[in-house]
Amino acid sequence: MSVKDKVALVTGASRGIGAAIADQLGESGATVIGTATSEAGAEKISARFAEKGIKGCGKMLNVNDADSVAALLKDIQAEFGAPAILVNNAGITKDNLLMRMSDEEWFDVINTNLSAVYRLSKACLRGMMKARWGRIINISSVVGSMGNAGQSNYAATKAGVGGFARALAKEVGSRGITVNTVAPGFIDTDMTKELSEEQKQLMLSQISLGRLGRPEEIAAVVAFLAGDAGGYITGDTIHVNGGMYMA
Amino acid sequence: MSSIEERVKKIVAEQLGVKEEEVKNEASFVEDLGADSLDTVELVMALEEEFETEIPDDEAEKITTVQLAIDYVNSNLD
Repeated sequence: MSVKDKVALVTGASRGIGAAIADQLGESGATVIGTATSEAGAEKISARFAEKGIKGCGKMLNVNDADSVAALLKDIQAEFGAPAILVNNAGITKDNLLMRMSDEEWFDVINTNLSAVYRLSKACLRGMMKARWGRIINISSVVGSMGNAGQSNYAATKAGVGGFARALAKEVGSRGITVNTVAPGFIDTDMTKELSEEQKQLMLSQISLGRLGRPEEIAAVVAFLAGDAGGYITGDTIHVNGGMYMA
Repeated sequence: MSSIEERVKKIVAEQLGVKEEEVKNEASFVEDLGADSLDTVELVMALEEEFETEIPDDEAEKITTVQLAIDYVNSNLD
């Protein structure tokens, strides 16, 4: 396995898609650092890794704080070595109709979902450039391509990370670093549990496969992109949505 | 111990994949040594490591020739 013994950093790894990605990479032999917003969350990740025999640990990270990012990278470097794989997964929603959206709702989502991708990617690039090998994988959403009423902030960030990946892929391709985006559709996680029954039924009716996706089905695509098998794909957005949206 | 000038030239040659004799003091990384913008970023990274220092971005942008790199190291190391 090509991710074996590589160091992977996965943000937002305490639950949902991020947890599945961290576990999948770990089970493929990578040393995984999974981040959470609280110490309790980080400890939960460490405990999960220990139980599954995954190398690595959970760490607390505020993706919106440059100092927190710098401190984390320093820690990882000292303890495990520079991350070769970065999965920008941490994300939030603060849905509202644009007419009613507050500045706070807008900027919180922009900061956590988009600016954090800038922060983390920049911090990890140095090690990847030196190694002449790296994988940056952003977790987007089908909403970034399809749009969704009430999610103008979220959709803007999810489309944004795709553009970011395309530009960065051109910058660092010559150094053996690939930058891609995975855009999940409607996946069975805490985030989608917040939707009303009516919204759920409406979305299900649009999915060709007629069911929600599982976090593991996103993790499998991320693991593929992270490994050598996915090495010739860069700047791309891979849609994993059961036929809800076909690019 | 080699001089700072020799160490800088060695790093430039390694990073840019050119022969050490091509690395003249007045040579510009981009104009004369064929570096692209990412090469110059990596070159600064390599200098930072060799001389165990951190070069701020606004200073790094000014280091465009071999001599400027030597000067920077000379004036910022004790």
